Amino acid sequence: MNKPVIATASLAGCFGCHMSFLDIDERILDLIELVEFDKSPIDDIKKFSRPVDIGLIEGGCCNSENVEVLRYFRKNCKILVSVGECAVMGGLPAMRNTIPLRECLEEAYLNSPTVAPEDRLIPADEDIPILLDRVYPCHEIVKIDYFLPGCPPSADLIWEALTALIQGKPLRLEYDLVKYD
Amino acid sequence: MPEPIKFIIDGKECTAEPGQTIYEAAKANGVYIPVLCHFEGLKPVGSCRICSVRVNGRWMAACTQPVAPGMVVENHTTEVEEYRRALIEMLFVEGNHFCPACEKSGNCELQALAYRYQIMVPGFPYLFPKKDIEAFPKFLLEHNRCVQCRRCIRAIQTPDGKKIFDMKNRSGRVRINVDRKLAAKLSEEEAQKAMDICPVGAILKKEVGFRIPIGKRKYDKKPIGSEIEESK
Amino acid sequence: MSYRDILRKYKKDRTRLIDILKEIQRAEGFIPGKAVPAVVENLGLSTAEVEGVISFYHFLSDRPLGKYVVYLNNSITAEMFGREGVLRAFEQETGCLWGQTSPDGLVTLLDTSCIGMNDQEPAAIINGTVFTCLTPEKVNKIVGWMKEGRPVENMVEEYGDGANAHELIRAMVSNNIRRRGPVIFGDYAPGKGLTRALEMTPECLIDEVKKANLLGRGGAGFPTGLKWEFCRKEKGEEHFVVCNADEGEPGTFKDRVILTERPEMVFEGMAIAGYAVGARRGILYLRHEYTYLRRYLEYILEKMREQGWLGENIAGRSFSFDIEIKMGAGAYVCGEESALLESAEGKRGEPRDRPPFPVQKGYLNQPTTVNNVETLATATQIVVHGAGWFRSMGTPVSAGTKLLSVSGDCERPGVYEVEYGLTVKELLEMAGARDTLAVQVGGPSGNCISENGFGRKICFSDLPTGGSIIIFNRSRDLLSIVSNFLDFFIEESCGWCVPCRAGNVLLKKKFEKIASGRGTLQDLREIEAWGKIIKSTSRCGLGQTSPNPILTTLANFREIYEGLINKEADFIPDFELEKALAEACALTGRKYQEEHHHA
Repeated sequence: MNKPVIATASLAGCFGCHMSFLDIDERILDLIELVEFDKSPIDDIKKFSRPVDIGLIEGGCCNSENVEVLRYFRKNCKILVSVGECAVMGGLPAMRNTIPLRECLEEAYLNSPTVAPEDRLIPADEDIPILLDRVYPCHEIVKIDYFLPGCPPSADLIWEALTALIQGKPLRLEYDLVKYD
Repeated sequence: MPEPIKFIIDGKECTAEPGQTIYEAAKANGVYIPVLCHFEGLKPVGSCRICSVRVNGRWMAACTQPVAPGMVVENHTTEVEEYRRALIEMLFVEGNHFCPACEKSGNCELQALAYRYQIMVPGFPYLFPKKDIEAFPKFLLEHNRCVQCRRCIRAIQTPDGKKIFDMKNRSGRVRINVDRKLAAKLSEEEAQKAMDICPVGAILKKEVGFRIPIGKRKYDKKPIGSEIEESK
Repeated sequence: MSYRDILRKYKKDRTRLIDILKEIQRAEGFIPGKAVPAVVENLGLSTAEVEGVISFYHFLSDRPLGKYVVYLNNSITAEMFGREGVLRAFEQETGCLWGQTSPDGLVTLLDTSCIGMNDQEPAAIINGTVFTCLTPEKVNKIVGWMKEGRPVENMVEEYGDGANAHELIRAMVSNNIRRRGPVIFGDYAPGKGLTRALEMTPECLIDEVKKANLLGRGGAGFPTGLKWEFCRKEKGEEHFVVCNADEGEPGTFKDRVILTERPEMVFEGMAIAGYAVGARRGILYLRHEYTYLRRYLEYILEKMREQGWLGENIAGRSFSFDIEIKMGAGAYVCGEESALLESAEGKRGEPRDRPPFPVQKGYLNQPTTVNNVETLATATQIVVHGAGWFRSMGTPVSAGTKLLSVSGDCERPGVYEVEYGLTVKELLEMAGARDTLAVQVGGPSGNCISENGFGRKICFSDLPTGGSIIIFNRSRDLLSIVSNFLDFFIEESCGWCVPCRAGNVLLKKKFEKIASGRGTLQDLREIEAWGKIIKSTSRCGLGQTSPNPILTTLANFREIYEGLINKEADFIPDFELEKALAEACALTGRKYQEEHHHA
């Protein structure tokens, strides 16, 4: 029987959820027995090479590229999981959501005291992704099947959830595993 | 002594003293009914509605409704719990609750309720409203996190009964408003009380954040309400 | 008048806070921040408390307003009959944007919830004066006069019918009484009911009202006799009678007509209620929108005092009773009796928890009966003509007649006094309604019924209503009607409890998603489930009925919603990438092109 395939992505996040994932420590050896990895920053595979069983998304969507990647994952993954506060509710990047985008950009690139007068410019390079009006949780853009909150979710939570999903078991998480911080 | 009142919660026969609310009587009988706006010793106001129960088919707030003989209360039923979960979720999307950056995280009653109900994500869209942070001499008022429970209004008043905190506006624009002059006169103890009585991280005493390490905070290990359930 | 004079006038009476604030606003044009400390000090309150009251009421303002303040009604009927054109005309003629004050300080343009003129929309209140049947042409004229500095009273060119033309009213408002029934518009001689009542013991009087089976006319239908009995039996320092003249349900205006044409009958009913419950004092809580009736009502009260129907030793007996008028300041929720009592005490109009009920602890925590205008007027006639006479009309459960405020798509909008048991179909014929799509019975908080329901009867056991009947013909878009109603509840929620305050905003969001064609079956299931949660868990009647526009149209016009949703899709986001990028594109001058390596 083929092993289940896993893919991961980090959108508007800090990579902390991926780090927490790696915090499963020696259990990573068990995991490699159980699954294979496809597109992920962990193995640096850039494109999907086959249908994926479980996609893990860190981070919410703050720009056009995030949306594209998220949609790309949705298209290629049977199960899609929002991992961490940013994916679940926008997280700290979403603190900008109460401020109009224009104000954010003007504060950062035009009016901030640390901007040198000659550098006053809102970046408009064609190579950088375009910002969204606000930061969106992943499930407001594509259908998300499971949510693992936490900043980051603990390694134990990720482990418990992932092994349950791999084995097709229902997610039954102990009280102290689910935390929002 | 007056006769105790007999009533039923989820099939369990319970007794109440005359005048007790459903919440108080349930607690005395070892049954936990979740509350957020209610606080022991303050007059209940029924604003969060999380203590909603079904009594003989009718919905009521357990924190304000006195027990009457023969009441049959539905507390831990699928429908009641589903409605409560929705109310908790509404509070999460109505404000801006960035738990990872909040001083109250781990000791927050809203968060603790969400943990108890194992809410992984609210079923409602986030509203991300624009709210302010106000500074007063002894405390900060973080409107992003306020759940309009009115505990501070009820608990912190001047000796002659003036309200230092009160509600301003109406509809979704309601917010806590502070009498600046009276707030400046608060003692350290009163400021501490205001912070302690706030169920969320909306009232913060200055210079004392993040004191308790993760793992040792109030709701890190045990769900809110377990102390009541373990009492019987 | 200076603040000090105003404060002196009201002594240190905390219950007069709203009156004090209104007088300050009248003198200054708004309530300046510098006035608050004087009020605070005088009444022994905190600034938080006073600011809480100012910010609660729609017609109190802590920011400067124009010399002329236009409050244009935004009820659905106003929208149906040209509100948009009137609004644009105001904007164009004044050069002021809606919701703002013109730079020259001449005018402020604001929305307001239903002002009780649904049969003569679009209507507005300008500096307290009501302007009905507005058109862009009339607006041009009015704004012209504003620029000349003409007082609003002098902008009224023609007075309405009946007492609207009385020198103390002088309003262009029309009564539009289309059908006179035997109770409210029947023969009436002031004092007869009160005289008869005083010949009975209070217990017998209550018994008579109970026998008549008079149910509350405000909409809730609580038996009036029983309410009086409960109130009478309660111990207190003093008992009170409060007349609820805060009809704010969009589409209702019958209490306005009763107060214009039958004020004595209402006041007499209050005195009768006072005798029944053992009260010496009554309060008429009049909605702010009807301020134009106040001087006339004060005059009627004075006249009744002179005639001996109010005051000390009424009709030569030991019974004494008098009435004072207390004004609202713009809040639909104050129609809820406990919120009304809070407001009458000069506080934020937030409902109270029950128990205790107002009959136990009402105005100033004393036993209080709160009754609707029509209920009290009806009580007067019951005492005059007897319970048997009353029960010979209507149905066994719903005795007597009901005043209906009919508006919307019909030839004869106005007030109809009909016997309970009338079918919707019969009413539609009476009003000259054709090609009717839907009838909103009981206002937004009531029931939106379709043709299938036109055979139903207007009565407590079938289609109860406080009186609001709005008719929509087949040219109307039901979704924009629902949208208007949902906005109304969002605005008028007092904000106390979570389901009403937050739930209604979320309900509207979900509704918009469905209305825009991006809804799925799951969305339809959710909007219904959310509606039920709000209905079940809200603290007062406002929240408990606020999802009705959704729930009743889902029940009676489900096909409209089902036609809008995508039944195949299991997920459609509200999110649209192009829209979400529009602002950044505009700021940077870029165009979005999808990166193809992800596709």
